[in-house]
Amino acid sequence: MFYLDDIGRYFLMLKKVFSRMTKASVLRNLIFKEIDDLIIGSLGISMFLAFFIGAVIAIQTALNLTNPIIPRQIIGFASRQSIILEFAPTFLSVIMAGKVGSFITSSIGTMRVTEQIDALEVMGINSLNYLVFPKIVAMCMYPFVIAITMFVGVFGAYIAGVYGGFVSSSEFLAGLREEFIPYHLLYAFIKTFIFAFLLATIPSFHGYYMKGGALGVGKASTSAFVWTTVVIITSNYILTQLLLS
Amino acid sequence: MIEVRDIHKSFHGEKILKGITTTFERGKTNLVIGTSGSGKTVFLKCMLGLFTPEEGSICYDGTTYSDLTTKEQRNLREQMGMVFQGSALFDSMTVAENVMFPLMMFTKQNKEEMQERVNAVLHRVNLENAHKKLPSEISGGMQKRVAIARAIVTRPNYLFCDEPNSGLDPRTSIVIDNLIKEITEEYNITTIINTHDMNSVMEIGEKIIFLRYGLLEWEGDKTQIFKTDNEAVTDFVYSSNLFKKVRDAQLKGL
Repeated sequence: MFYLDDIGRYFLMLKKVFSRMTKASVLRNLIFKEIDDLIIGSLGISMFLAFFIGAVIAIQTALNLTNPIIPRQIIGFASRQSIILEFAPTFLSVIMAGKVGSFITSSIGTMRVTEQIDALEVMGINSLNYLVFPKIVAMCMYPFVIAITMFVGVFGAYIAGVYGGFVSSSEFLAGLREEFIPYHLLYAFIKTFIFAFLLATIPSFHGYYMKGGALGVGKASTSAFVWTTVVIITSNYILTQLLLS
Repeated sequence: MIEVRDIHKSFHGEKILKGITTTFERGKTNLVIGTSGSGKTVFLKCMLGLFTPEEGSICYDGTTYSDLTTKEQRNLREQMGMVFQGSALFDSMTVAENVMFPLMMFTKQNKEEMQERVNAVLHRVNLENAHKKLPSEISGGMQKRVAIARAIVTRPNYLFCDEPNSGLDPRTSIVIDNLIKEITEEYNITTIINTHDMNSVMEIGEKIIFLRYGLLEWEGDKTQIFKTDNEAVTDFVYSSNLFKKVRDAQLKGL
């Protein structure tokens, strides 16, 4: 019953987020600030992770290819598939649930504790629209982050595979182009858009409705990470079933 | 003028306000006093429209809040300024941006007009040199003055202050009290202050109501409060040794 209550409040929150819009000139500045905080601020860590995970995927694949009949170009193929289908859209989103999610929860939660949200409400401002809507719009840029990490991840796999002596450059590139299905990219970006929405709204919900002081902010950040991860992983399964099977 | 008529409010079955009726006049500093847990903050938040009372009504210059549509209630709220206990300044904005915020949200003034108004109110609260500082870079007293500047920048009709002296030294408290009193008279607004600072009661208490267990126990002004024989009020007022000594000295005719 407790969880059902929270789910109900989450959807009611979404309704309020899209009602009584804040003045456009104010919103525009807020959106640019959120893009800077949530998107630009996440590029470095995303690229760093993608490069090394891509490299590890290439090495792991190479080390498991013990049968000489299997062509070495499978390393490029496997790296591409792993990075585009799962690592970039899903697992990076789980990591972002920690990075972006905890930032959103703690910033909104601190505003709750220090009565800044009350101040907005007293002024007659729809605090949910003011705080959450710019984050949702900013997170619409999240697929660009994922597109960059896909590229960097494959590049990492290429560097580790080729310069590690596991596969030649031409074999890796041939594997990259092998049986490429453009729909897989569409599938990955549909998932990314949905995860971006979840990454903006679930941590906002936990921050906005948090209770208590500093300890409450910490608890809200933890539960935001846990619930964002649970919802991303569950919806990943449902979306894969719907879009790929 | 704000007229409060028999308001009741409870949380999770526990009655916090049990029927309060009073009137706060325009141009006067009205104080709400009482011990912690007496319902002062809930009472203030009911008047701000943040909590909806289960019974009773609140009238703002003849307009009953509960009779208004949501849009009209929002318009009325734009006429209210609030100084929060912890100042509630937006920590990502500078002092000037904090003060300018209500103007950006609710007026169609251009940047120069807004800047001029911000300069005027910051000058009024004696903060001419703090425009570009962040709230974290200024003292508690200065934060309170910025909060007052933000509350009055749109020329509100009603000013609410929740314990404006908490965490301040006695000297700064007096500065803040006097500032609120001067602004109340200058702008001719209805000001309501939640406090348990007896210095404020002595300095600016033109009307005082004393809440106890969610009920209005006593009302009067700063001269009457020291003469009342209401036991709960005298217990509260003379809980400070300083005031006990003043009373004893008065009784002895010193």
